[in-house]
Amino acid sequence: MLVVEIWRGGEDGRFQSFDVPRLENQTVLDVVTYVQRKLDPGLSYRFSCRVGMCGSCAMTVNGTPRWTCRTHVSRVAEDGQLQIAPLRNLPVIKDLSVDMRNFFDKLAKAGGAFQSTKARTDNFAQIPPADPQRKQADAGIECIGCAVCYAACDVVTWKPTYLGPAALNRAWTLVNDARDGMGDKRLSLVAGDDGCIACHSQQGCQEHCPKSLSPTAAIAGLKRSVAVAALKGKL
Amino acid sequence: MSEVTQTRLWLAQRISAMVLAVAVAIHLTGIIVAIQGGLSAAEIIGRVGGSFTLAAFYGVFVLACAVHAPIGLRTVLAEMTDLKPVLVNGIAGAFTAVILLMGMQAVLGFYGLGGG
Repeated sequence: MLVVEIWRGGEDGRFQSFDVPRLENQTVLDVVTYVQRKLDPGLSYRFSCRVGMCGSCAMTVNGTPRWTCRTHVSRVAEDGQLQIAPLRNLPVIKDLSVDMRNFFDKLAKAGGAFQSTKARTDNFAQIPPADPQRKQADAGIECIGCAVCYAACDVVTWKPTYLGPAALNRAWTLVNDARDGMGDKRLSLVAGDDGCIACHSQQGCQEHCPKSLSPTAAIAGLKRSVAVAALKGKL
Repeated sequence: MSEVTQTRLWLAQRISAMVLAVAVAIHLTGIIVAIQGGLSAAEIIGRVGGSFTLAAFYGVFVLACAVHAPIGLRTVLAEMTDLKPVLVNGIAGAFTAVILLMGMQAVLGFYGLGGG
């Protein structure tokens, strides 16, 4: 049997304890689903694909932000105990559901939308896999937008206006995308006190990223590009 | 303050850090070598006073400090306190003035003590 403490209520809520049967190959999402289906149908949480693609089931498990659908209980339970809380750095709506608007708004604010330079009648851009810029873009492209990095980032905690690792990682993939037409304008969007220069390189984002990406490296790349643009007067 | 100015401040802090890295290394090496023969006010004045080279070196040191430290203080205050940005910038600006005044007074004072 697992003893599971789950956050209930909003920002000023509290933990509620549940006893959940321990099963083989059980994920943390399985545990939360069991509680909702068998013990308390009022429990609010978010999930979709259950296979690590959609990025909607992230929660704080025993103090660490994780994707719960791919986190086995055997890896994280301490003496048969689990504590499951909503993600840090985002307003709690209810129980394990957080308001993700800030997170997604910042992706847009950092110029996270691809700006095409071609029409649908044009040929495909041909970019060799070994192209250095493509390699930089490929390194960060698998982000699933789960906000685990955002929850792990202390700078976001200290400075809520900071764009955060996911938005900056996305911007770096587009800065390196030869097909994108935004150019230096995107660097202007990620410069300034709320942008890449606020990062302290503590690397909480890459430590916790479930896809093993390195937003820290992406932000370092943005810092170099922003510095060059500033020196050239192109910001 | 515009994003461009914020970014320039950040860049200035990085460049001043490079200057300080060299200056601190020279300073530490200098004092470790200098104290081998004992340490007294007369010894320090005799070594440093009136030296244009040392005055120029420590002048650059003070300038780099005056650029570097207040920008860092501005970041710390912005992240760790609820002070308004205008007040944070004011405190950082005042800190710049204090470092410049005290630092340059010391540099010029030592230069003058040597009769330079």
